[in-house]
Amino acid sequence: MYSEQVMDHFTSPRNVGEINSADGEGTVGNAKCGDIMRMYIKVDNGVITDVKFKTFGCGAAIATSSMATEMVKGKTVEEALQLTNQAVADALGGLPPVKMHCSLLAEEAIKAAIEDYMSKHPSA
Amino acid sequence: MSMYFDNAGTTAIKPEVMEAVLPYLAGYYGNASSIHAVGRDARKAVENARAQVAAAIHAKPEEIYFTAGGTESDNWAVKGTAFAHCEKGKHIITSAIEHHAVLHSCQWLQKQGFDITYLPVDAHGLVSLADVEAAIRPDTILISIMMANNEIGAIQPVAEIGALAKAHKVLFHTDAVQAVGAVPIDVGALGVDMLSLSGHKIYGVKGVGALYIRQGVRIDSLLHGGAQERGRRAGTENLPAIVGLGAAIELITQDIESHVLRLIKKRDRLIGGILTAIPHTRLNGHPTRRLPGNVNVSVDYIEGEALLLRLDLAGFQASSGSACTSGSLDPSHVLLAIGLSHEAAHGSLRLSVGDFNTEQDVDELLAVLPGIVQSLRDMSPMYQNRS
Repeated sequence: MYSEQVMDHFTSPRNVGEINSADGEGTVGNAKCGDIMRMYIKVDNGVITDVKFKTFGCGAAIATSSMATEMVKGKTVEEALQLTNQAVADALGGLPPVKMHCSLLAEEAIKAAIEDYMSKHPSA
Repeated sequence: MSMYFDNAGTTAIKPEVMEAVLPYLAGYYGNASSIHAVGRDARKAVENARAQVAAAIHAKPEEIYFTAGGTESDNWAVKGTAFAHCEKGKHIITSAIEHHAVLHSCQWLQKQGFDITYLPVDAHGLVSLADVEAAIRPDTILISIMMANNEIGAIQPVAEIGALAKAHKVLFHTDAVQAVGAVPIDVGALGVDMLSLSGHKIYGVKGVGALYIRQGVRIDSLLHGGAQERGRRAGTENLPAIVGLGAAIELITQDIESHVLRLIKKRDRLIGGILTAIPHTRLNGHPTRRLPGNVNVSVDYIEGEALLLRLDLAGFQASSGSACTSGSLDPSHVLLAIGLSHEAAHGSLRLSVGDFNTEQDVDELLAVLPGIVQSLRDMSPMYQNRS
């Protein structure tokens, strides 16, 4: 039911972990629904130099978290804000319809981390 | 040897069953309703299987009706009773943890104007006899309570419920799909009027089951269009599958005590191994009133589907009550009914041990499970935040 890319990112997720003294941190989802994603970003001169995630959730939740972190790493904050859930799903070779909400959570988690960064760095 | 630990989902066909079935795929093709010699051979095979099923549950052969499976048997018992007895009343009592074949039939009947009481269960998954008795009303026409639960393995006090039903002159149906071969069944001693069973849960063929209907009990038919099954269930008999059901039920019930003991040994090795080796795990269901092959644990801080996928990659098949595996937004209705939080239900793992699993298979599973759980926990923000 999952594409090869989903299984690849599920079995070997990229960027798992935490960033101590992250410039931005965002958590979305809730345990009742079975998915929680937490993203950490390190920003240098407006560029996301490092990004890490922790996810509680199904295979698609873990794979979309991993893919989303890959897609924003090295991008400017402005570029990262353009990330869409559809782009994450497409990069994974598609998701089953019932799992599209996982890609939306991944998009929201990235944006939550960026918003946190922006609120702490209002001049940036 | 088998790494397949989803035997409550379905089972592999046993060689003895296959051997019994093959002639009815390869050679005997008759329609059991035909009067000629080819038809008579088929009739003989169907009636032989009927006698095997009847013997396994201590019923009379003429009380056994073959169906297309447990789902049809449940639908037939519930809806057939409702339609046949709606002039007496429109109230049905069932439990919150029934299989969807019963639950969704009841929900459908609600739309037709029936009144359904869904009895709660305790933290171990057991229905209370006092609740059953208190729910019975003058217009109650049916009690349908499963013999053993498919997810958590809880074995209900069916004989006691049967006695209550009899005392109040209410018909009693039990879904015994999971119980056959795991709990000795004597329909007379249990006091059941109807009992559903299935072939593919007991190493038989898929697409066949049976409904026991006590002699003299009147229920309406669901399928019309032929005089098969004593005029109560139309449709040409599924000859190979019926032969397979007969062979499978005879095989699984002939030495039930030692069969059950062998399963319990493997089950308890698995439960003990998991609870000892993996912190933050809990057993769901009853500690002793439990199907001999059922293991259901909640693994905190991780989600069930991810766990199943990782187990599958390691070669082990299992099941979960997580919403992600059910295709709905909510986790298992059974796990919620025993009081689990959504989180604990999402993190549930069901391992159902069968005859093909060896103790070595159990040990191999126990060798990989803690590492898989830990790697998912290392990724989990809930584990990071644990108090």
